[in-house]
Amino acid sequence: MERLHSPAELEAFRKAVLADRAPDQPCITLCAGSACHACGCNDVAEAVRVELAKQGLADRVHLRLTGCHGFCERGPILVIQPESVCYFQLTAADVPEIIEKTVKAGERVERLLYVDPDSGDPLAREDEIPFYKHQQRIVFGSNGSIDPKSIEDYVAIGGYSALAKALSEMTPEQVLDEVKRANLRGRGGGGFPAGIKWEGTRNAPDPVKYVVVNADEGDPGAYMDRSLLEGNPHAVLEGLILGAYAVGAHEGYVYVRQEYPLAVENVTLAIQKAEELGLLGDDILGSGFSFRVKVHRGAGAFVCGESTALMTALEGRVGEPRPKYIRSNVRGLWNRPTVLNNVETWANVPLIIQNGADWFTRIGTETSSGTKIFSIVGKITNTGLVEVPMGMPLRDIVYKIGGGIPGGKRLKAVQTGGPSGGCLPEHMLDLPVGFDELTQAGSMMGSGGMIVMDEDTCMVDVARYFIEFLTDESCGKCVPCREGLRQMLAVLTRICRGEGRDGDLEILEDLSVVAKEAALCGLGKSAPNPFLSTLRYFRDEYEAHIRENRCPALSCKDLIAFHIDPDRCRACGRCRRKCPAEAISGAKNVIHQIDQDLCTKCGTCLEVCPDRFGAVRKISGEPVPPPLPEDQRTVRARG
Amino acid sequence: MDIARVDQIIDRYGADESYLIQVLLDIQTENNWLPQEALERVAERLRVPLSRILHIATFYKAFSTVPKGRHRIHVCMGTACHVRGAQRVLDAVQEATGIKPGETDLELKFSLETVNCLGCCALGPVMEIDGKTYGKMTPAETAEALRNHD
Ligand SMILES: Cc1cc2nc3c(=O)[nH]c(=O)nc-3n(C[C@H](O)[C@H](O)[C@H](O)COP(=O)(O)O)c2cc1C
Ligand code: SF4
Ligand code: SF4
Ligand code: FES
Repeated sequence: MERLHSPAELEAFRKAVLADRAPDQPCITLCAGSACHACGCNDVAEAVRVELAKQGLADRVHLRLTGCHGFCERGPILVIQPESVCYFQLTAADVPEIIEKTVKAGERVERLLYVDPDSGDPLAREDEIPFYKHQQRIVFGSNGSIDPKSIEDYVAIGGYSALAKALSEMTPEQVLDEVKRANLRGRGGGGFPAGIKWEGTRNAPDPVKYVVVNADEGDPGAYMDRSLLEGNPHAVLEGLILGAYAVGAHEGYVYVRQEYPLAVENVTLAIQKAEELGLLGDDILGSGFSFRVKVHRGAGAFVCGESTALMTALEGRVGEPRPKYIRSNVRGLWNRPTVLNNVETWANVPLIIQNGADWFTRIGTETSSGTKIFSIVGKITNTGLVEVPMGMPLRDIVYKIGGGIPGGKRLKAVQTGGPSGGCLPEHMLDLPVGFDELTQAGSMMGSGGMIVMDEDTCMVDVARYFIEFLTDESCGKCVPCREGLRQMLAVLTRICRGEGRDGDLEILEDLSVVAKEAALCGLGKSAPNPFLSTLRYFRDEYEAHIRENRCPALSCKDLIAFHIDPDRCRACGRCRRKCPAEAISGAKNVIHQIDQDLCTKCGTCLEVCPDRFGAVRKISGEPVPPPLPEDQRTVRARG
Repeated sequence: MDIARVDQIIDRYGADESYLIQVLLDIQTENNWLPQEALERVAERLRVPLSRILHIATFYKAFSTVPKGRHRIHVCMGTACHVRGAQRVLDAVQEATGIKPGETDLELKFSLETVNCLGCCALGPVMEIDGKTYGKMTPAETAEALRNHD
């Protein structure tokens, strides 16, 4: 690739790329995000290549492997341009028919289309499908149309033009000012305004400054940062370069967890390509501005997502947080002024520079501008990544986009903000989703994980789960977090085992206050949130565990038992054959029974017992009925 | 592990202490664990005390200072998988292999680890065996998947 020396040369390069591609030439895009990989998109890709070659279309139809399209529930996903016909849940065997019918003849393969759950009609185009229709995908939208390994693809959709504009028409102060006016708040946790953070770094007297991408994404159940970095690494890079220009940094880092190998690979390649084109390195686009980026892999420690710990880890040391008497934007990496922002925060920057702060503040709410990407996961029909304008009611996200709760179950709560956040109950679903609204409700925006829970989820267990996670992840540097969380975990575990005592809830509340007040970093300070919010909204579940040894959600293993209803058992033997613990006795025409001492409560018997019999029951808070005497166990004898 | 290979990895980055974690990650990826001789070599070349390297090797989850089994099982315990029954999957794995998370069996056949989100939440509960993802697992399917490894 030729190095580009000016914005005009970038524009010429873009034109050349576009001229090379006929706009109406068919293009098959195939989602190759991590979830689709797991469902076999590689086999589908191979089948497409083979079939295109076989039908002599290899040089007339382009196959493009893209990043995550977001609709992970339905992978592998294939979209055929220019008509945007999309097919879901494909296998390699479907490919010949798709090429034959859709690519060659312009017809649709009905059985592979999305079927509207309400009307039963097949929907062919992305913009007709409810999951996509209610979204506003300004940051995530390009993911589905570009190959993350191709800088040409990014340039073709207008990539790096914000950088060209900033370097040629704007001073660093103007770039900073635009981000400040846009009121871009951090997408990685607390929602601190990026512009104000940048300004502190810009104004710091030290001439050596750094910019850092936080791609540690330790939040379980959230994967938007991964998808962006995997699917559109140049957008993140472009934002980072703009930030570096605004604050006067000449070196930057992408801190990305090693558990995301594809993200590491794609961002490393993106840096190399951008350097070759002269969009990174010395004298970027002939502007005199120089900037370099390195990738640093994190080695697996949740606390390293915290800003001060991350910087310590970047220095090659054990990543423990330090007190923030002086903010990192004034004294951060190697004690130099450092701007650290989340992946999604950086990816918003080119859009703001390109379209202006006014455009950006028109999206979202007064105090939360722009969009936010959420991962809606758990007990929800359409699992995946969605991008919506801030302020959208939680209910619309869960029902209009997420398609509601599967299996005819009732929604119980939505957990937002990860281990620092909290659970919002059903009656709060009309809450508009914004930074301040969520905090007021006792939860948090966090990184944007939304875990949907139905009636089968035990809220005490959820609180226990998060405290266990954080106890494990606490770096152990300060006592309130190290010892306090351990005590909280012990009490919550007891409650889940049915060994709760009067006064337990008060102990938990006391420990929560101390951790919130006295812990050193955000991990310890916010750790009690999941407990406090579940206690606030689901106190009755705690009380049922403590007072009645009962788990209302029938979830806590020590408080439940499986029982076969003798009146319903038809002795089909299915549960006996599948029980991994060999805990079930019975035979042909002999009613089946569970030996409670052998049963490991895996739940397989309940799952495999045919619906029309429905003989296996899960019970809690009541004694298990005694086994039948042998002479009453024959199905026929009982009539 | 071959010391010449350790040197090659260090040379890829430069013998600077800020690359310590990157070097250890590469050794771990290639060798599956961090042998004492390799760590001593890293300490010598990057001029970092061995005690600090050991502290790092135990603090970060990616590292192991003991050998691992032939097959590496990762069960996702992330929130999305948790609410969809990850504990049952983990129980089934423990039942089938006889080991707990963090352990390796005596025959060095399986190592079991829990992770907090593999980024495939839509497929939860998820587990990985040797990097291959198995989605929507039930206890019965889990035992089945493990039987296919020896
Ligand atoms: C324990 C802990 C873990 C965190 N993990 C992450 C993370 O994985 N990714 C992230 O962007 N921010 C994480 N944060 C928030 C960061 O400390 C920091 O506020 C954020 O990266 C700043 O970027 P933003 O302003 O663009 O959101 C974490 C904070 C704490 C206390
Ligand atoms: S609050 Fe917890 S994680 Fe944070 S510094 Fe203290 S011990 Fe470490
Ligand atoms: S719950 Fe599992 S172990 Fe218990 S009887 Fe049913 S299948 Fe067997
Ligand atoms: S929570 Fe298991 S893959 Fe995300």
